[in-house]
Amino acid sequence: MTTETNAKIEFTPERQVLAKEIIARYPEGKQKSALLPLLHLAQEQWGWTSPEVMDYVAGLLSIEPVEVYEVATFYTMFHLDPVGKHVIEYCRTGPCCLMGAEDVYAHLKQKLGIDAGQTTPDGKFTLKEVECLAACGMGPVFQIREQYYMHLTNQRVDEIIEELSK
Amino acid sequence: MGKKILLEHIDVPGIDTYDVYRKQGGYTAVEKALKTMTPDSVVEEVKKAGVRGRGGAGFPMGMKWSFLAKPEGVPRYLVCNADESEPGTFKDHYLMKHIPHLLIEGMIISSFALGANKSFIYVRGELMYVIRILEKAIAEAKAAGFLGKNIMGSGYDLELVVQPGGGAYICGEETALLESLEGKRGNPRNKPPFPAVKGLYQCPTVVNNVESISTTPWIVNNGGDAYAAIGIGRSTGTKLISASGHINKPGVYEIELGVSVEDFIYADEWCGGIRPGHKLKAVVAGGSSVPILPANLILNLANGDKRLMTYESLSDGGFATGTMLGSGGFIVMDETACVVRNTWNFSRFYHHESCGQCSPCREGTGWMEKVLHRIEHGHGSLHDIDLLVDVAKKIEGNTICPLGDAAAWPVGSAIRHFRDEFEWHIKHPVEATQPGAVYRGEMALV
Amino acid sequence: MEDNKPQLVKVTVDGIEVEVEPGTTILQAARKIGPEVAPPAMCYYQPLKGSGGKCRACLVKVAAGSAKDPRPMPKLVASCITPVQDGMVVENTTSPQVLEARKGVVEFLLINHPLDCPVCDQAGECDLQNFAFEHGAAKTRYEEERRTFDKHDLGPYIQLHMTRCILCYRCVFTADQITNKRVHGVMNRGDHAEISTYIEKAIDNDFSGNVIDVCPVGALTDKTYRFKNRVWFSRPVDAHRDCPTCSGNVTLWYRGEEVIRVTARKNEWNEVKEFICNTCRFETKKTSDWVIEGPTKIARSSVITANKYRADTVKPDFVSRIAAANYKPIDDARDTSQLSIQQLPPERFANSN
Repeated sequence: MTTETNAKIEFTPERQVLAKEIIARYPEGKQKSALLPLLHLAQEQWGWTSPEVMDYVAGLLSIEPVEVYEVATFYTMFHLDPVGKHVIEYCRTGPCCLMGAEDVYAHLKQKLGIDAGQTTPDGKFTLKEVECLAACGMGPVFQIREQYYMHLTNQRVDEIIEELSK
Repeated sequence: MGKKILLEHIDVPGIDTYDVYRKQGGYTAVEKALKTMTPDSVVEEVKKAGVRGRGGAGFPMGMKWSFLAKPEGVPRYLVCNADESEPGTFKDHYLMKHIPHLLIEGMIISSFALGANKSFIYVRGELMYVIRILEKAIAEAKAAGFLGKNIMGSGYDLELVVQPGGGAYICGEETALLESLEGKRGNPRNKPPFPAVKGLYQCPTVVNNVESISTTPWIVNNGGDAYAAIGIGRSTGTKLISASGHINKPGVYEIELGVSVEDFIYADEWCGGIRPGHKLKAVVAGGSSVPILPANLILNLANGDKRLMTYESLSDGGFATGTMLGSGGFIVMDETACVVRNTWNFSRFYHHESCGQCSPCREGTGWMEKVLHRIEHGHGSLHDIDLLVDVAKKIEGNTICPLGDAAAWPVGSAIRHFRDEFEWHIKHPVEATQPGAVYRGEMALV
Repeated sequence: MEDNKPQLVKVTVDGIEVEVEPGTTILQAARKIGPEVAPPAMCYYQPLKGSGGKCRACLVKVAAGSAKDPRPMPKLVASCITPVQDGMVVENTTSPQVLEARKGVVEFLLINHPLDCPVCDQAGECDLQNFAFEHGAAKTRYEEERRTFDKHDLGPYIQLHMTRCILCYRCVFTADQITNKRVHGVMNRGDHAEISTYIEKAIDNDFSGNVIDVCPVGALTDKTYRFKNRVWFSRPVDAHRDCPTCSGNVTLWYRGEEVIRVTARKNEWNEVKEFICNTCRFETKKTSDWVIEGPTKIARSSVITANKYRADTVKPDFVSRIAAANYKPIDDARDTSQLSIQQLPPERFANSN
């Protein structure tokens, strides 16, 4: 989903309240600590963290935009480009691979017709390869937003994709 | 049945709610500590207990606490490290998800002991749903009067903040975590100064792992001596082990430190053995960074004695024949696992997760990954093996933080114990790159 | 002997004892002894607070922690950020372990470095070149593809050639500490980390040019100087002017009678003494703008001194014998570096005593 460039970048009223609450959690003068929580909040609203969104967050915290760019590009969770409606973040690390993850992901890619880092033409799914999601005993694992999907098999993948395609 | 300290009530329905947790004796330790103990006496009990840091380093928690500087008029902080990202480790995830109040209770006790009035739980951002569970638990604890101002009339104030990470393994390193908590890139700091002197916001800070902090309610209730009575020698208490890989029952297990590795793998109480029809080839015993050991060395020490699940026994023999307990991420491989592929996979992980601050790690992790990728994909040459050993050696010990070591150890140990397998990949590139191809040469399977 | 300085602590570096103030770093203590024992520094930069610890070039062995606790430190330590203790014994070039580690650091820094020294403006005054020459191995073992980045203009004066960068963070500290607004920083992480403004932005403030001076390699270059010169063809001259923005104390780099570059003055450790403004650096390049003080002191070992000491250059014996037999004065029309300072108009000399 792309952010309309002419739309004003601003949190929804509820998120504005939440943002204020978050900023107030930290000691006086340490408001920069709110940066990661606010970036998560922003990504929740806009789907990705565009430069305009990052500039907006910088403004909320009275820091330089570059300080936000530095942080957003360091951490892997922030999408720096527009993404599909469902971002499937699949774990590619050792323990999941021991459980046959590579075959499952090959199936997933084939099913969606895209590779890691790509978005389906209908804008519904984006695939993202990530490292260990701390669910190694339940691998293979992927995550869509806050939801973990564990013990993945080809069949389970089909079910999940069909469910989300509706 | 071993003693359960953390997971005693794991099967009680609704244990994630305040009411059920309270009914099972929850928060009695907070009452005991705040009403009948001084901060110093809590520290004393934790010291007596001999709990060692459960995040991986194994540094005695009580000693870490006693290093905390206490200058007049400067706030002190407790930060809980819930950035669990070490491949093979998922115990903190499990603990926080199922018994969030145990961590909250531990945070209150630990913060009281350290004199912190604002404490943070830094949870990896991917676990946003766990963050919501913790936030709900905090609200419940606050409503019940265990958080906030003047807790139970003791005059002690505490506020807990749950902080999400943003996706970076390196933030599990305590100073990178503090940087991240300050809203910066997760670049580890140069030490000294250590966090105990200059930590969060340049104030004295203690950073402890989820599991470590969660031991404190039991220690306060039962005394440090009772805790120290569990386990063997300097490996006191219980440890959560995250078991994954080719075993019958992957999952999180609480063991008394001191059970044998063999029992842990084969007993029904724990991993339940290797999956049917397969044999044990190798184990990475403490999270991806610790040295991999072949079957015979993980089960037995070099002298033939049984290896035990303790800090000392697992590291017996140094890196020549031993490994480390680390974070307790116990990854089991049967004969279908390719050590070369797995080493490349881990190497790619460390390459991906290096913060890029210091040159040996930034450049060396990528170099190792590329060479391993070449070997795995049939383009290696024999001198690559020695090259890998040398590059790993040049990273190890020369970096700002332990990520360099963590990246070097899996490579060094895999070559140390499975050199034949690497050579086979290089000498038989066509065969080795067939889908599912695995070295079947001479090696001890159990 | 004066013994009225009880606050000083004794440190031994490579067998040489030195007394320094408590809190001094190992590197500074070693520098006090002299360049022969001073560890190399690729990221540490004394004028910039918080710099150091990153490149690992200055790793040394602490053979004894202090007089009180003479145990050795378990790992090599970064000398630029490790404070000395009384009685500390440090091994720098006398430790094979240090030399081996340093060789590793050179190799790591070079595996993704383009090695385009023949066309790099920094060649001849490049810390990485010097470091590699002194501590590196003669050939590389790296067979993989090298990481590259596109070149970027950071405004009209500065070009960023990220492929050459060693991520010392000096330019970031500089922007933080001497300019009022930082617009560039380190993006991404690991070996994909890069100095960038993220979205195309010019670094636009009066002191931005200083990032060029602090850069240890040719990653940040002066666009008004790019490809105009090789540093050993030019002749540095200290000069000053009355500048409303900065101290106006600079080094002018002459090629013939033309000022082809203006930089801040640097100390013997290649560190800027006083940061200068962009007007002085980029827009004041006529000799008539400056009051000339005299030739800049350059270490004899530097390539910048090449051809500047014709008569009395000390050469190793075996070279000099061959050289003497074949010696011809350089007669290259392009090479005007032989012009002596006295050929400049006398009124440009401020202190001609």
